[in-house]
Amino acid sequence: MRRLRAFLAGAWDFIVGDDWRTALGVVVALGVVALLAQAGVEAWWVMPPAVTGLLALSIRPAARGSQPAARTDADTG
Amino acid sequence: MSGAEIGLALSVFLACTVEAVEALTIVLAVGSTRSWESTMLGVGAATLALAVIVLALGPALTSLPIDVLRVLVGGLLLIFGLQWLRKAILRAAGLKAKHDEELTYAQETAAARAAGAPPPRFDPYSFAISFKGVLLEGLEVAFIVLTFGANQHNIPLASAAAAAAVLLVILAGVAARAPLARVPENAMKFAVGVMLTSFGMFWGAEGAGASWPGGDAALLAIVPLVLASGLAMASALRVPAGVPAASPVTTVSRGPSA
Repeated sequence: MRRLRAFLAGAWDFIVGDDWRTALGVVVALGVVALLAQAGVEAWWVMPPAVTGLLALSIRPAARGSQPAARTDADTG
Repeated sequence: MSGAEIGLALSVFLACTVEAVEALTIVLAVGSTRSWESTMLGVGAATLALAVIVLALGPALTSLPIDVLRVLVGGLLLIFGLQWLRKAILRAAGLKAKHDEELTYAQETAAARAAGAPPPRFDPYSFAISFKGVLLEGLEVAFIVLTFGANQHNIPLASAAAAAAVLLVILAGVAARAPLARVPENAMKFAVGVMLTSFGMFWGAEGAGASWPGGDAALLAIVPLVLASGLAMASALRVPAGVPAASPVTTVSRGPSA
């Protein structure tokens, strides 16, 4: 059980990383596309503003606090 | 080769080059300080583990229905790509420390010396550090190889691009006999972030049922749009001259990287 939990925590950390809001935003954006497409509405236009918006939101915390501490651990990307 | 295949090969090649440069730093530091034999055993074991992951998960992914595969892969690539892009933007703006391979090398070398004299035959320290470094750096590449390759039904092309990048880095490392500190890591990470985000957006929307105007040609608009957005954000956030940027970062042997 502990190993499974450690594996799931590792997988979460590997895929979602330190910004779960971006991951949630991607899921929501794709969900909106799926709903619109199922309703027969053009849906491709949802993604460009959604993605650029998510990117802007994800860098906002760093932009607000001017000097983040130097990092010594490791992360994705 | 189609545009999507060129994008696949380029993304995998760049991502793999960056990760291989970081893994090389650890391998060089541990190998030259302690035991080349045990270090290379660690590298071999990690490479084998990565190959097994790709070989095991590749067929499972490619057997999924195309729309399920696209929305799954697109979503994952978007999440991953946005992380790469965010960090590359912050580094380009001076708000996040860049990798410093020479500093990492110095720290890994000091840690390897501090671990005491290596045993005469097999050195567990060298094996463990090189295994961990290569495996953790390689996992991201394996992920990109699998997702891009499965979606294009061309895992061999993705694997070949990854292998070419590793070979190039090994040759450069052998020639330089030092960490590859002059590789423009952040520019490459920026490019990988743009590609992962663009292809993730394209495939994710298609998998969810949308049709892009112009089909695959839409990528010719999506990639520049993502690139321009990233560059604009980096430019808007850039730390003014005279303000010290974040100090360099060292990584790798203790967690997944980039």
